Order: sequence, then structure tokens, then C-alpha cells
Amino acid sequence: MRTHIDASEQPIRVLEDADRLPEHQSQLALVWRRLKRDRLALLGAVIVALLVLVAIFADVLAPYDPTVPFDDGLTLQGMPVPSTLPESSQFILGSDSSGRDLLSRIIFGARVSLTVGVLANGLAVTIGLVIGSIGGYFRGWVGALVMRFTDMMMAFPSLLLAIALVAVLKPSLWVIVLVIGLVYWTWIARVVYGEVLSLREREFVTAAVCAGASAGRVLFRHILPHLIPTAIVWGTLGIATNVMLEASLSYLGIGVQPPTPSWGGMIQQGQYYYRSAPWLILFPGLAIMLTVLSFNLLGDGLRDALDPYQRR
Amino acid sequence: MSRYLLRRLVMMLPVVFGISLITFLLAYLLPADPARMYAGPNASVETVNSIRHQLGLDRPFHEQYLRYVWRAFHGDFGYSYHFKMPVWDAILSRVPYTLELTFAGILVELLVGIPVGSLSALRQYSWLDRLSTLFALLAVSAPPFWLGLLALYFLAFKFPIFPLGGAGSFHHLILPALCAGAGGAAWYARMMRSSTLDVVHTDYVRTARAKGLRERVVVYRHILRNAIMPIVTMTGMDIPWFLGGVVLIETVFAWPGVGKLAVDAIHNVDIPLIMGTVVFAAIVVVVSSVITDLTYAMIDPRIRYQ
Repeated sequence: MRTHIDASEQPIRVLEDADRLPEHQSQLALVWRRLKRDRLALLGAVIVALLVLVAIFADVLAPYDPTVPFDDGLTLQGMPVPSTLPESSQFILGSDSSGRDLLSRIIFGARVSLTVGVLANGLAVTIGLVIGSIGGYFRGWVGALVMRFTDMMMAFPSLLLAIALVAVLKPSLWVIVLVIGLVYWTWIARVVYGEVLSLREREFVTAAVCAGASAGRVLFRHILPHLIPTAIVWGTLGIATNVMLEASLSYLGIGVQPPTPSWGGMIQQGQYYYRSAPWLILFPGLAIMLTVLSFNLLGDGLRDALDPYQRR
Repeated sequence: MSRYLLRRLVMMLPVVFGISLITFLLAYLLPADPARMYAGPNASVETVNSIRHQLGLDRPFHEQYLRYVWRAFHGDFGYSYHFKMPVWDAILSRVPYTLELTFAGILVELLVGIPVGSLSALRQYSWLDRLSTLFALLAVSAPPFWLGLLALYFLAFKFPIFPLGGAGSFHHLILPALCAGAGGAAWYARMMRSSTLDVVHTDYVRTARAKGLRERVVVYRHILRNAIMPIVTMTGMDIPWFLGGVVLIETVFAWPGVGKLAVDAIHNVDIPLIMGTVVFAAIVVVVSSVITDLTYAMIDPRIRYQ
């Protein structure tokens, strides 16, 4: 694996690296070795892992059902109760405006946020890889057309575009996934386009073409493997952006709909009580920030670790 | 130059059309009945039907869309069901507020981002550098609407320094502008830091020091002047992206701008107004991207458009 990728890119470096590394060390081990040294990236990775675990085991971890209102979850005036009062200390982070347990909703909210973030990003990375490869590999009018289209889409801010698309649709989890995927792919396509443009001039592509490989085979078997690092980096950074997009749409009331717990939606419902129950804003927002931050840290670290020109 | 301008505008036209077509199509497929909404819940079936005919809502899709485009070109974007006024008037009355917030927010981005970024580059690895890196990471990751609500809670409710929302005075503008600009300021600080670091190690800076210039002169005239170039060009590209955040901030602070109008239109299923704000946003994006290109040419004499 390692010799295959490196041999085509940096023959001189391979020798240097091979001198220092044991022969059996794979590309993966090398990346891991670099990542381990990046403390911020490791911190990001740990938080991401924890978030994923929370999302998967939400049923086990959440103290209560996130959609069930409790009689003692509201004051006599119908206001949310804080966790600081002795009679409502069973709600660790307080209750929300319907008398539901906030902590349970935040835990289940992780599931919604990560589902949207990961699926939408999977869609965006796939579209970006396809469009970017076509644009970069096929010169002439096909490539020009595809990249013009990308530029046009890119000129339009993702959030505004997503709002325009969701505005008239009935929002649901799947609509949000689709919309975010459809507005976010342009960035990935741009990066992939640049890489394919330089990859197609390399000797191994010429060799494959000479050997009679079809365009599809060249793209899939010879070029695509080189794009995997890019896909991994953008696959991580993109989740951060998409979690934020989902939260923003849900905050505007056009994202994931209640009673499904979504962090942005929780802030939207909580904002009418922010003076008397600031915890309804504070904790879901912290959850969004922590998620976005950890994926950003991990993505930045991966970008550095996967950089083939880095000599560590 | 004017030929280039024309070509750019023509090239971006499909964006406006594409976005309007998709939104129009989705609105057409929407189960809600615009004629019923226009007539109100108490209107009889006959009234609703006659309104439907009057509005042309019983025509086939392509006919409706073409008529919409034709009228839009003549400045008629339809009539808002909810606000009971022409869509274009509703939008135009909100534009000054959005412009005000956008300018103030971008000003915050630049006035905070550039000094912080250049200081942390000039004092690389100092506590100031580390602190600003940490704040930048947090500010980029924090949702702007959340920052807005926290600011309202602490700075308008707990310690009533600022008004609880709305617009009208400079006092009203401060919190929304700060929150709208926070993420961007962090971003610019990072950009300015790396841009300054690039310049600090160049030959001409070493030469400037070697010929005995005072450090002030080296920093201001040789380092910062060159480092700021990429930032200025980025600001132009940033404007359309900034508008996305403005929608959120306007909603938080009940700021009566176009973004708030659009969100209200969505909640009221006011289809002509939704369409109007979407098309308006598309036009703003196109115009600002063309203006950005032109500013490049003005700032950097090496760029010539043909």
C-alpha cells in the first residue's frame, strides 16, 4: 500500500523514509504516528469518539425519555425548573419548557446532529469526488461546464441556499440531510478538481492509458486512491460545517422538527424563556460548540498528518 | 472592462434563474393552497376559486413561472399574503437595516481580526498568540445565534447595558454587530496571522531592518502593508457568506432586516414573499461577487480583465 502510493509520488522521499522506518510500517501507521504527536488533534479525536459513543448509546445513557414531559418538570406557573432546586434535582441540567429532561434531550440530540452531519457529508463528499474528478479529468467542454456549474453554486452561501431549498419543503431529518449534502459538495469538488488536474499529468496515468485502460478505469483504479486523503480530511472538517448548518436551520425552525431533539431546535424553543431559564440556551449551545470544535481539531490534525510532503 | 463586467453578469444569470426556478417549483409542489391563504380562513369556496383564477394559480407550471419571470423583470414580484403589501416594497423597506448590520459586522471582523492577527504573528508563541488562537478556535466553533442569545442574557438582561433587541439607534446595533462579526473576526485573525508570518521572513523586511529603519516603520510600512493585501481581497468574497449569518443574527435580535423578513415569510408560508427574498438574495450575491472582482483590479494593478 505504502510503496504503491509513495512510489508514484515521491520516489526520493520513499528511500529516505524507508531508511528510518521499519519496512513493515504502513501508511496508516505513519499517519497515526504523526497524529499522536498533535495534542489538539488527539483531543479532537477523543471528543469525537465520546460523542459517537453518546449518540450510539443514547438509550442507555439518557436518564429519561427525551420526549416525555414530567409533571414535576414545570413550576406551578408552567415554567422550566432548574437543577439547582432540591425538589427538581433529578433533572441534572434542569427541565425544558415542556417539562422534559434537558440532559436526556441533549444526549439524544447528539444522535440527530451526528446523523445529519455524517450522512449529509457522505453525500457531499461523494458528489464532490464525482464532479471534481470529471471536471479535472475531462478537459474541454465537459470539464468546463461542470466546473462553471460548481463555481456558480459556490458563489451562493450554503446557509442561504439551504434556507431557500428548505423554505418551501416540509422539513424532516432526511430533507435536511439531502439539502445540506446538495449545498455543501462544491468545496470538495473544487479541491478534488485541483488534485485530479495534476494527477492526470502523472506517468502512472499515462501508463494506464497506454495500457488501454478506459477513462472510468483510470479514474477509479488509478486516480481515486490518491484522493482518499482529501476525502478523509474533508469528510471530517465537513461534518463540523454540516453540524453547524443543521443547528442553524433547526434554530430558524426549518430544520429537524420537534419533538425530535435537535440542539438548534432546542435553542429555538428555549429562547422564549432565556431570561428565566438560561440553561435552555447554554447547554445545547455548548454541545454544538464542542461538536464543531472537536471535528475541526481532528480534521486539521488529519490534514497535517496525511500531508505526503511532511517529513516526520 | 465593461465587456468583462457584462460577461460576468451574463454568466451569473443562470444562478439567479436556477435558484428562482427550483424555489418556484418546490413552492408549486407545496400542499399549502396560496389562494386559500390569500383569501383567509373564513372565505367561501367560490371566493377562493375566483382568487385562484385571478392570481393565475390554476394555470400550468411553466406558464406560472414564465409569468413570474416576466413580471419580475418589470419590478413586480407579487403581493405578500401576510404583510398585505407588494413584495418588493416589503423587501426594500428592510434593506437599510440589513445593510447597516452587514457593514457594522464586517467592520467588527476587520477591526478585531486584523490587529489581533498581526499582533499574534509579531509576538509568535507569546501568551497573547496562544490566547488569541484559543479564542479564535472557540469563536469559529460557536453558533452565532447562540452567542447572540448569551450576549442578550448577560449584557442586556442581567446587566442591562444594551437594549433587548430591535433596531433604531447606534446602541441597538452594538450587540448584533459584535455577534455577527465574532466568527469572522476569529477567521480574519487566523488569516492575518499567517499572512503576517509569511511577510516577516521575507528578504525585503530583512533589508528594511538592515538599513537601520526604526522598528515602527518596518512593522507598519513593510510588514503590515503587505500582509493586509490578501485580507482585503478576502473581505469582498466574504460579503455573501456574511449574509447567511446575518439571517441568524437578525432573528435573534429581532432586527427588522431582510433576513428576519425571509424567516417570517417561511413561517407564514407567504410564498410570494419567500420567492421575493430568495431572488433578492441571489441578485445580491451575484452583484457582490462581480463588485469583488472589480475591487481586485483596483487594488492589485497586476490584474487586468479582458
